[in-house]
Amino acid sequence: MLQTPNATAGRVAPTAFDLDLRVKSNTAVNGEYRMMVLDAPAHVLEQCQAGQFFNILCPQAGGETPYLRRPMSIYGFYPEKNELHFLYKVGGAGTRAMATLGENDSLTVFGPLGTPFTIEDDWTDLVLVARGVGLATLAPLALEAKRLGRRLTAVCSARHPDYLMSIDLFEGLGATVVALTDAEGTSAPDNLEKVLEGLIAEGRADAFYTCGSNRILRLLQKLGEAHGIPGQVALEQQMACGIGMCQCCVRKFNRDGKVVNLRVCREGPVFDMAEAIAW
Amino acid sequence: MVDLSVDIAGLKLKNPIMPASGTFSEELAEVFDLERLGAHVTKTITRDWRDGNPTPRVCEVNGSMLNSIGIPSKGVGAFLEKVVPFFQRYETPLVVSISGNTADEFAALCAEVSVAGVDAIEVNISCPNIEEDGKAFAIRPSSTFEIMQRLRAASPLPLWAKLTPNTGEVPDVARAAEEGGADALVVSNTILSMAIDIHTRQPRLGNLMGGLSGPALKPIALRMAYQCARAANIPVIGCGGISTAEDVIEYLIAGATAVQVGTATFIHPTAMLTILHDLEAWLAAQGIASVSELIGSVVDGEQDIRTSAIAVAQ
Repeated sequence: MLQTPNATAGRVAPTAFDLDLRVKSNTAVNGEYRMMVLDAPAHVLEQCQAGQFFNILCPQAGGETPYLRRPMSIYGFYPEKNELHFLYKVGGAGTRAMATLGENDSLTVFGPLGTPFTIEDDWTDLVLVARGVGLATLAPLALEAKRLGRRLTAVCSARHPDYLMSIDLFEGLGATVVALTDAEGTSAPDNLEKVLEGLIAEGRADAFYTCGSNRILRLLQKLGEAHGIPGQVALEQQMACGIGMCQCCVRKFNRDGKVVNLRVCREGPVFDMAEAIAW
Repeated sequence: MVDLSVDIAGLKLKNPIMPASGTFSEELAEVFDLERLGAHVTKTITRDWRDGNPTPRVCEVNGSMLNSIGIPSKGVGAFLEKVVPFFQRYETPLVVSISGNTADEFAALCAEVSVAGVDAIEVNISCPNIEEDGKAFAIRPSSTFEIMQRLRAASPLPLWAKLTPNTGEVPDVARAAEEGGADALVVSNTILSMAIDIHTRQPRLGNLMGGLSGPALKPIALRMAYQCARAANIPVIGCGGISTAEDVIEYLIAGATAVQVGTATFIHPTAMLTILHDLEAWLAAQGIASVSELIGSVVDGEQDIRTSAIAVAQ
């Protein structure tokens, strides 16, 4: 290893690490999603924060030849048991190659990277609204909310009850879970709005957090503006370097009365919900 | 102890490994000690604010990458205020990459970045010139000569001309850059390319076309580095598809004095350190005392480079 944990990066202490990590397990969660558990050093896990990501060097395996790294949200980081978790949907060449890895194989990951979620001191009741793989990004936030002693409502939306992941995790952390699915006809915007208006009326919504759905972002922006509730959104974009050098991953945001390009990897992936522009 | 130092037109580098413009910035200091590099090369700036191109700005093709970033720039003011002071904390030479839409704008910027703390200017003459229907300055020998003369007059600092592979006149462009006042040639920028999603039938880059970089570019840029080293009497800095020490050695043998590593850093953030380590080990194992012994050591026999190129063209 050329980059050793305790070596300084010269004038600046290293904050991002490129590491070959051992796969502890890589198992199917349901028909579409898998969970990868990596054996990671505590000094790296201790630097991780909810909302951050790693840039993953997917293996050349299973007939797939991914080239660029794939940014992936941290699903869980547990310094006490040396574990770094990723929940991923098998879709393209990179994730198909990742899915081929088994116990004791090695995966190269670079991170932790990006601007994390924040929980302000006066936000006592948090509402997390996630759909699909967005749940993965928001899961560490639930852990942080518990650590800080905040009350959390997790509104989880998916196509089918089978794809409602993380509900046990959220409940285990003491969150109130509201599950909505397309299959049960409960995930439509009208119903979601009713659920959220109910939480607002009960004084259970000091801040919103979301990831994964344009429709949900728009709704939360509308409710946030109407009720003066702040929020944060984690966004995605195609990336290359993952640390802000290449300028590939920009998106447009409203900031200081102007529309500006900001890097999802650096100024994000977590942004002020009011600044985000739905796509 | 292997001597890794090289000399680029009077600028002494402790080793021949430096980043390619656009693939390097202050953020990499969070990963490793930037003092270990031979030089620091900043992302191309323009004089005024530029937004850059629409997204997607990047996509991958078999083992390589296409990008069309569009030179987003915060302008020269922000650059002089923030970027130059950041790199001044290092002893490693700072090379500033600049570009301009017109000769006037380009020359003005060249003068403005000629400040203390900047050791050389990489002039990105591969960018589109709006006075020439968007054709890059470095596509033609005549426009290369004219812009280099203007830039030469604007700055006392060493000028490194970054050439484009999007031309059929590589040796003539190289000579024109030298005659116009370039102190070194950076060979080369990315090659114009395209990818289309067959399902949506849309181009995979927001700007429709973009530059190919990564391993697929290497044989093309290596050929150009060789041609330029033969055609001109100024140092060539090889750039294009370098991801291993072997790639570096190949460029040096072809005639490059130093190299730039770009896309490889996106795949392996510490790629330049690995390359440096492996290069030193290779030289030691081969019993080569100085990296400069490799430069231009290609065994190309009696074959005439001019007829070789013509034979391919026909």
